[in-house]
Amino acid sequence: MMQPIFHPVLVIGGGLAGLRAAIEAKKYCDAAVLSMVYPVRSHSCAAQGGINAPLGNAPEGIDDSWEKHAYDTVKGSDFLADQDAVEILTKEAAERVYEMEHWGTPFSRTPEGRIAQRPFGGAGFPRTCYAEDTTGHALLHTINEQAIKNNIKVYSERFVLSLVVRDKKIIGVIALNRLTGKLEAYAAHSVVLATGGAGRIYAETTNSLIMSGYGISLAFRAGVALKDMEFMQFHPTSLYRTNILLTEGSRGEGAYLLNSKGERFMQRYAPVAMELAPRDIVARAIATEILEGRGVNNAYVHLDLRHLGEKKINERLPGVRELCLSFIGLDPVKELIPVQPAQHYTMGGIDCNINGETEITGLYAVGECACVSVHGANRLGGNSLLETLVFGKRVGEFAAAFALQESKKSAMDEGILDLIEQEYKKVNEKIKGKEGKEKIASIRSDLGKLMVKKVGIFRQEDQLREALDEISALSEMFEHVYVSRGTIYNLELLHAFDLEAMLALAEVIAKGALFRKESRGSHYRTDYPERDDEHFLKHTIARCTPDGVKIEYRDVVMTKFKPEKRVY
Amino acid sequence: MPENTINLKIFRFDPENAGLDTHYQTYTVKTEPGMTVLEALFDILDNQDGTLAFRYSCRWGICGSCAVSLNGKCRLACNTQVSDYSDTLTIEPLPGLDIIKDIVVDLEPFFENYRKIKPYLVPKGTPDKENIQMQEDVNLIEPHVKCILCAICEASCPVSWTSREKYIGPMALTKVYRFNRDTRDSGGKERLEIVGDETGVWRCRTIFRCTEYCPKKIPITEAIQFLKRRYFTD
Repeated sequence: MMQPIFHPVLVIGGGLAGLRAAIEAKKYCDAAVLSMVYPVRSHSCAAQGGINAPLGNAPEGIDDSWEKHAYDTVKGSDFLADQDAVEILTKEAAERVYEMEHWGTPFSRTPEGRIAQRPFGGAGFPRTCYAEDTTGHALLHTINEQAIKNNIKVYSERFVLSLVVRDKKIIGVIALNRLTGKLEAYAAHSVVLATGGAGRIYAETTNSLIMSGYGISLAFRAGVALKDMEFMQFHPTSLYRTNILLTEGSRGEGAYLLNSKGERFMQRYAPVAMELAPRDIVARAIATEILEGRGVNNAYVHLDLRHLGEKKINERLPGVRELCLSFIGLDPVKELIPVQPAQHYTMGGIDCNINGETEITGLYAVGECACVSVHGANRLGGNSLLETLVFGKRVGEFAAAFALQESKKSAMDEGILDLIEQEYKKVNEKIKGKEGKEKIASIRSDLGKLMVKKVGIFRQEDQLREALDEISALSEMFEHVYVSRGTIYNLELLHAFDLEAMLALAEVIAKGALFRKESRGSHYRTDYPERDDEHFLKHTIARCTPDGVKIEYRDVVMTKFKPEKRVY
Repeated sequence: MPENTINLKIFRFDPENAGLDTHYQTYTVKTEPGMTVLEALFDILDNQDGTLAFRYSCRWGICGSCAVSLNGKCRLACNTQVSDYSDTLTIEPLPGLDIIKDIVVDLEPFFENYRKIKPYLVPKGTPDKENIQMQEDVNLIEPHVKCILCAICEASCPVSWTSREKYIGPMALTKVYRFNRDTRDSGGKERLEIVGDETGVWRCRTIFRCTEYCPKKIPITEAIQFLKRRYFTD
């Protein structure tokens, strides 16, 4: 009989949320991390602009408070965020940011030597702490350093293919070791999913190439509901064509958005906040300009940094300059940058409560793959890095507490070992390659394009119905896909698993969007342009059933703030 | 050959199906303006040969995944333009490391070097709020904090190629510099001890290839020289 590798707490995902959870859990018991890449390669490193906390370090934000941060977050979410969760997020924000500073994050500084803060969308004054314009990189490396300090065992380049569940309780996972090509079985009392978002479902996305949403689909297949998946954030400013992110920090530092006539068109959409309105509003404004013929070459608008001057650009936004120079060969000190909106963040995710607990006992979710929900219908820039740390710590603690409680009971019984072995054998059959005529890349590309076109920034009933039909046709094609044999670093095999997940999640996104007959935050229905609190001030709960995806609704948790009209 | 194509001559090694056989395989890719080497690799994977293996993640030079050898020089595939090359571009694994498949190498020895030097801040104390640190102090470790652990410095260093087990390598030494010069750190002496012998700073022969190829433009050799001086003055 095979012997699975046992850790009381097993974290899937080596980004900020996963590592923070593991570090916290390790205070109480052994904890290990399974990551599909080396942890520093995780998508967290791609975050640029910063992390929100009401530190009050900038003169304009001196009387900032967690309550104000909470209000901005809830208003930004178009009142769909659960306010108890937002309270936790904002109350703990300062402490988590200080902790990262104590651990060595090289934050940019104020003239007094305090952590520097810049304005971001939806706040109106500087609340976003930053390390130049590579804040995610700075934080991820710091947390990775702490994981090393705390001797956390990291199994890198492991792709988790299956969750093993018995009687609605997690008992382990089966993972493919990409380097040896061998399947590995792991047993655990607590499993924390921290696998990130699903941006690659969209052909135009700022997300890393690895963000297929596989972890979300693992939970979905295992019977956990998904929440609010139709809420996809489109970032206003991605580099034209490659969709590489250009931070909101550039607008925070004062950059303008210009249409083909050279107008600062945000005047028409958010006369007060202008370029610093929340992302959903700015993304729609850009898309509208392009649709109405005021885009440059009918494809993009311009981001103008020129008036900031070379010195400020070099000090605050050196990464933006470097990106422009390397990828489109232009210098933003002198030239306009072509930008277009692109999928950026998965607001929805695995349905869990404020402790990260899911419907499966012992299975937790945290970070972008989870939906607590603190972002609701639209996330504020700077709140996702914060979520990974606040909830990473919290979920690590709860996962460890559960593991400790379980370990007091009897040791692993034979039944668990049997079940893990069965699942191992089942998964082993799935990694043997496939003879078929369909090509993974072409299905993936078709899916990505249709999601941009029909389940994108603007949505309407007939297009969403078409999208669902097309997704279902692509899923049918996927049954006949070709996958080469071999398991050692077989990208085609991995992409096949990714695509399976993407197709499943695409259906959930499109169905959620079809059923939500209102416009709220990032979800904009041209046929229902108003928010409808009477019917839809509710979370979408999607469930995987033998008859397909079933949609239910659940009330939003409201504590302090009553819904109001969202004006910027 | 047509102007808008390039030949990619790629090192191939498949441990599962071909034993120890290695060879080069040439693919012709249609180029587009702005196309990166990583995009060209994906073009091959998606349209010509699904068995090709390479690493990737962010595709804009921040995650450090895609370092490879391009015409003998180590670079990130994602921020190198195909148009920098004409006719044939030879793509090989990073030198000096064991090969897992095709151009994917075993980075475990590289990360082992990293772990050796206590790569984390040893705090002087824990203030209630943040440590006060002046921007000039942050600038001391800028751009060293921008290291993406891509392994290009180590893979470009002839000393690392020839005496891997005897040299901790330029990345680990840069990390020592990064922490030792952080005004919030108090672990400097201990780290200097770790790298103060002939497997550490003294094995650097100031060849400057690490500095030349670092995609984040970190003055690595200069940092190592700084540590050498510190070893005597601290």
